[in-house]
Amino acid sequence: MATRQGSALDRKKLLADPIMVTTIVVLIAFLTLFILYPLAILLVDSVIAGGKLSLSNFIRIFHMPNFNKAITNTLRVGFVVGLISTAIGLLFAYVEVYVRMGKCVGGLFQVVSLLPVVSPPFVLSLSMIMLFGKAGIITRYLMGIYDHSVYGFWGIVIVQAMTFFPVCYMMLKGLLKNIDPSLEEAARDMGASRFKVFTSVTLPLMLPGLGNAFLVTFIESIADFANPMLIGGSYDTLATTIYLQITGNYDKAGASAMAVVLLSITMLMFIVQKYYLEAKSTATLTGKASRARMLIVDPSVKIPLTIFCSLVSIFVIVMYLCVPIGSLFPTWGYKFFPLTGKWFQQVFTRYRGLKAFKDSFVLSLIAAPITALLSMIISYLIVKRKFAAKGFIEVVSMLAMAVPGTVLGVGYIRGFAGGVFRTGFLQGIYGTGLILVIVFIVRSLPTGTRSGISALRQIDKSIEESAYDMGADSLKVFTTVTLPLIKDSFLSGLVTAFVRSITAISAIILLVTPQFLLITVQINEFAEKGAYSLACAFATILILITYGAVFLMNLFIKYFGTSRKIKETE
Amino acid sequence: MEKIKKGVRLEHISKIYQDPKTGKDFYAVKDANLTIEPGSFVTLLGPSGCGKTTTLRMIAGFESPDSGEIYLGDDPINSLTPNKRDTAMVFQSYALLPHYNIFDNVAYGLKLRKFPHEVIKEKVTKILELVQLSGMESRMTNQLSGGQQQRVALARALVIEPSVLLFDEPLSNLDAKLRVSMRTEIRRIQQEVGITAVYVTHDQSEAMAISDKIIIMNHGEVAQVGTPQEIYYHPVNEFVADFIGEANFLRGKMTGRDEKGLCILEVHGNPVRVVGDDAMQEGKTYTAVLRPEAATLADEGGVPCKVVLSCFMGSYQNYHVMVGDTLVKLEEPNPKNKKVYKVGDACRLVFAPESVHVLGD
Repeated sequence: MATRQGSALDRKKLLADPIMVTTIVVLIAFLTLFILYPLAILLVDSVIAGGKLSLSNFIRIFHMPNFNKAITNTLRVGFVVGLISTAIGLLFAYVEVYVRMGKCVGGLFQVVSLLPVVSPPFVLSLSMIMLFGKAGIITRYLMGIYDHSVYGFWGIVIVQAMTFFPVCYMMLKGLLKNIDPSLEEAARDMGASRFKVFTSVTLPLMLPGLGNAFLVTFIESIADFANPMLIGGSYDTLATTIYLQITGNYDKAGASAMAVVLLSITMLMFIVQKYYLEAKSTATLTGKASRARMLIVDPSVKIPLTIFCSLVSIFVIVMYLCVPIGSLFPTWGYKFFPLTGKWFQQVFTRYRGLKAFKDSFVLSLIAAPITALLSMIISYLIVKRKFAAKGFIEVVSMLAMAVPGTVLGVGYIRGFAGGVFRTGFLQGIYGTGLILVIVFIVRSLPTGTRSGISALRQIDKSIEESAYDMGADSLKVFTTVTLPLIKDSFLSGLVTAFVRSITAISAIILLVTPQFLLITVQINEFAEKGAYSLACAFATILILITYGAVFLMNLFIKYFGTSRKIKETE
Repeated sequence: MEKIKKGVRLEHISKIYQDPKTGKDFYAVKDANLTIEPGSFVTLLGPSGCGKTTTLRMIAGFESPDSGEIYLGDDPINSLTPNKRDTAMVFQSYALLPHYNIFDNVAYGLKLRKFPHEVIKEKVTKILELVQLSGMESRMTNQLSGGQQQRVALARALVIEPSVLLFDEPLSNLDAKLRVSMRTEIRRIQQEVGITAVYVTHDQSEAMAISDKIIIMNHGEVAQVGTPQEIYYHPVNEFVADFIGEANFLRGKMTGRDEKGLCILEVHGNPVRVVGDDAMQEGKTYTAVLRPEAATLADEGGVPCKVVLSCFMGSYQNYHVMVGDTLVKLEEPNPKNKKVYKVGDACRLVFAPESVHVLGD
């Protein structure tokens, strides 16, 4: 009884704050309608056949040889990509944190870590085909191999590993920096060799972190649609199989069941990663490094490691450069000179490039600020406030991270094509730009929320409390205190959301109607048709846009960011 | 400030939390009944985890009590949110808004109350004068020292003229010397403004130096309420005696009363005379509290004891002596002109009956 008064009072205080209540209600409605509902409808759809509850859809798909093949393919790719990415990521992180390296190599590392974040997802596939495919520059012109095929397992693995290892590298770098150097010095002092220190101290400490990195990559890999689509050839993964099932066979019930299978796999991985490994990996490494680490200068360690990492970096950079260069060659694979701008010209004259860029640009520009604001509000509520539905908001917005775009796309088709619960309610949004904007928002929300949460955790809770205490209501606290303090994080969330939206494809490709031309869909189409030069031209402009956005953001943060003001006065 | 002063009253206030490890509920604050007089300076004192900060945060409105009612003046305020309460808090971490300068920080609450611009300027200037920060208006918060930041936090709380000022361990982030000068400063300003203040600290000397009244808390319960003198000289139990200052406990059975009416306790076979009340009964065992500065060592009289530690501390000589198997700590002031006992010396522990306080059972 006594406990009830406290919670009742808390509730009463919350209700006295209409803005908070409205915000929470709107958020819950949004998350339920656009994340939970489409996934729930998939689940319902997949177990209903002929109006009755049955598992026949699942039985049917598990009897399809290509679906079973797709499952093994997906898991195999995910596993190998996870291993390779984690290994390369660890190597890079180790070299950066432990080995004294030149400025040049450091710069290379930075470029490599930034590239995949701001690039469209299929750029690497495109350049892989152009470098190592049948008409690839390296395979055909340098090595004289005429029948080399990059399509299939290894194509996907290489491309995905190169796309995802920088993520591992950044994650593991953070962890390695948190290892107190005196632990390793103690082991050294006791007589262990450098290698022994690595295997007996560093590695065991990193183990949960490595598992974490592996699973994150695994999830990314099996959720990836664009790369298997382009470079998979006949090697189908779950994401592409689902796509073909719906666009090729018009089997929506089957696709729903498949989507449920894919979702179950990613969810399971995600839950293990999020609630088991993540907690463990930070728990073992909470100690901040007490002082600077003695960097390794021993040439027998330094030189091979640096050379290896530099080669990988250069390879990745060349792959990325291949796209803009490819768009300048008159005919890829046959004629390289003189360089020409004719593909760019064709993009705009023949292929309605302007409309494609305008559509993509405008939709992403609408989605980005909404996403950024929503994710900041969610993180504010999660970190700073307590209320009954907080757990729901936190879990749903985080779980969305584990939902592959393809699954979400199928869910939206099933959930909104006939209106909500096929009642016609909200049917109007299906096939419009609005639903695309919503998909953009849902797809970028988890990343934004995650970075918002970590930014807000750095801010002493009592700063907001003091404003509240001075008489500010929730809206005032959020606008005059919280938002200004996390301005940098908000800005980068804005740009990330924009970049993610304008480069998104997996869910979008299932939902886009002919009324909208999206760049990513265009690139995919031209690449499928083998018109690589056109695809490159589209992709080059897209890369320019995203880099432009990031450049503007950095400029803005540099001159108007909060951290600058505080840094200056120190 | 021509405002009517208001006090705070807590009636049967409890707060229950869940232990994150065991999942069990426990009382952070248990049935606290407190009356804080208008215009007085009251300190909540206790070890960490005793519920003092929770009590303060309930007054501010950040936490909601699980039972009981809190009154500000005569108005119940349980269901008011912090921004609607006529209280202002000074935080341990200062909690200044880092993106505002000093002026804007202090003016924040006034702007929310929609005061006209000139009035804000006037009030801020006046209050900054009071906390001796005039001329710092345009500095950013991180250009100030810790002590200055705390003055800004105080000014910010004072300027909105709240009925009650709340302090949550405001000095614990400052170094020892500054702490002493700031507490005098806080007391001066409180007296000058005449505001009701509730102050949370775990530092007993801080509490004694500034409070009209001290509320001692332990394990969520109020252990004793009283003036600093009452609490120091007449602690109600061993916890209070031990927490406030240093205390020695002498236990003994009462054997009778002497001709002057002093009670005689038998401590390790030695009769010890103490001032007791009428309720004390022969044959029962009592605990007497002896402060380290209230006793001295001599060659005769008093109780026999043996020195086990003798340590020069500058302004005093620190002794540990054994009376039977009870350790007694002593501080002998101004040791320069006195006989200094060495470890192993047998001597006598001497104190006046009035300087011992007998605890009730």
